[in-house]
Amino acid sequence: MSLVVAASLKKSYQSGDIIVNAIREVDFTIESASFVSFVGPSGSGKSTLLNLIGCLDRPTSGMLKVLDQDVQELDRTQAATFRGEHIGFVFQDFNLVPVLSVYENIEYPLLMVKKTTANERKDRVERVLEAVGMADQAYKRPDQLSGGQKQRVAVARALVTNAKLVLADEPTANLDHDTAYRIIDLMKSMRDEFSTTFVFSTHDPKVMGEAETVYTLEDGLLHREEQTHV
Amino acid sequence: MFKILSISARNLLRYHRRTFLTGLLITMGVMSVLLFISLSSSFKAMMIGQITDSMLGHVQVHARGYVASLDNLPLNLMLKSDESQKVENQLTDMAAIEAWSRRIKFGAMFSNFNETTNIRLNGVYPDREAATCPQLSGRVVKGELGDSLLERGTILVPELIATGMNIKVGDTIVLVATNQDGAVNGQTFVVKAILEGISGPGGRDGYVHIEDARALLRLGSESVSEYAIRLKEADNVPQLVKQLNDAIGGVQADDGKPAFEIHGWKQLTPFSSIASMIDMLTVFVQVMLVAIVLISIMNVMIMAVYERMREIGTLAAIGTSPGRILSMFLGEGLILGAGGSLIGVILSLGIIKLLQIYPLGFSFGRQDDLLLTPMIEVSDIFNITLLVILMAVLASLQPAWKASRMDPVVALRAV
Repeated sequence: MSLVVAASLKKSYQSGDIIVNAIREVDFTIESASFVSFVGPSGSGKSTLLNLIGCLDRPTSGMLKVLDQDVQELDRTQAATFRGEHIGFVFQDFNLVPVLSVYENIEYPLLMVKKTTANERKDRVERVLEAVGMADQAYKRPDQLSGGQKQRVAVARALVTNAKLVLADEPTANLDHDTAYRIIDLMKSMRDEFSTTFVFSTHDPKVMGEAETVYTLEDGLLHREEQTHV
Repeated sequence: MFKILSISARNLLRYHRRTFLTGLLITMGVMSVLLFISLSSSFKAMMIGQITDSMLGHVQVHARGYVASLDNLPLNLMLKSDESQKVENQLTDMAAIEAWSRRIKFGAMFSNFNETTNIRLNGVYPDREAATCPQLSGRVVKGELGDSLLERGTILVPELIATGMNIKVGDTIVLVATNQDGAVNGQTFVVKAILEGISGPGGRDGYVHIEDARALLRLGSESVSEYAIRLKEADNVPQLVKQLNDAIGGVQADDGKPAFEIHGWKQLTPFSSIASMIDMLTVFVQVMLVAIVLISIMNVMIMAVYERMREIGTLAAIGTSPGRILSMFLGEGLILGAGGSLIGVILSLGIIKLLQIYPLGFSFGRQDDLLLTPMIEVSDIFNITLLVILMAVLASLQPAWKASRMDPVVALRAV
């Protein structure tokens, strides 16, 4: 089943007097429970594409459906609700809320976005904390964690809502190689455990090798490549 | 809601120095306003009380045109006996009135047999005057009043004249007055007591028994130049003036014009202008407080929004609605305003309590060593606190709105 379907998707924006075509009429699909990577040099349009899939930005033209929802039809508040319900985000700089503990950061989407009951929140937060191996760090603040630990918390926060799709923009860029691989492994095992689709962008060739499907972006154009892993 | 406020509070503590300084500014502002209100309103209440309770009463009734000629103390503008009767019938029936006093006001020559000066006098019934102006007896600086304010043949002399003419309690003096027919009459009086002079009209008048005044001026037994009225509730002056106007305002004199004029104390003393000025200053100080709160909180919140753009972008990206982002920032303003106000109120109450134990001494007009004991109404505390909290939330509104409307893509890109 296709989770994301894009056809003739185009995104351009104005930069001074120049119109920049960040994404040029691309077509692609992302299957459910897949592990997909968008790769390409800086400025190739990776983040723009992830922003479009994540309903953070709106396409200039073309069709983009995420979980059968045409993203063009969503207004600002509906898009926020849709993201909260179905999409998780992992950022290059982790982007944890500094005034909240690890537990509270993970609990945040359930409390402030999805409004789940206290018991359900507790169960789900403890489950993902256990899954990402951060149960013993639950009451630490983000500034007391290493980069790898922060990214584990970010992955847990993305998964806690039972998101169907997790978008990770350069999730390993600020991590050393060993930690980067551990995060990719973690994301893969979370995909296996929760059947969540992971889409991440990277320009690290070794990390991109871990993806099952790789889309290469260059000057806003997309090329698909399937990878086989032993 | 609690969670939002909890996050807001933590964000404020994150920038603790800035929060402390802004909170301190609000606390100082609230303290300044509350102390100003407590001191100025206490001063106002004290002066108004002194004027109404020892001289004017709350409302006065005269014959038409009397107040305009008050400086001359005209004897030809007295209320006639039928007019007096109409006034007294109303005063006796009105439940809002605590007491009323007939007065004959006149000017006379005051002589100690060696020197002569002018004196303004009130002829009064002692019991009625004491009930209408209960603080009059408190102005006695020399002499004993005993059971009654005055007896026939005695006089209460203002301190200024007593000092100037070296008059002592028990001395005999002579009053010489010209009556409305132009005839001059004199009468001796024994000084019963010396009265402290106070600021305002009538503050340096002497007092004699009304029957002595009538005898000296050769007036009929019903002659009255003014009725002074004391109300049970001092705030009801406008209502009573209206009630009296409705009841006797239509009574016409022989010339077909209204026979009476009815005035509240504010129309009879220049201190009402000072009281109005104090009220204006209070409003001005409150406007300053509003400016302090608005500018300081808006400044802090604008900085907070710019510094936390990426955080705002993250919250928006993971699905936080614009309304909740708005609430978080409004919550910060609310906590700053409420916290600053609360501390300000507590400190103000402490200082006011201290000033009640050690009152401030001050001079006003010719009065020295007045003691000002500040008081504050609960409604004032409530109003100021509410004002500050509202202003704090209002000041946060623009930055909070900006945060809630921020494009998540732009916000996430922020450094």
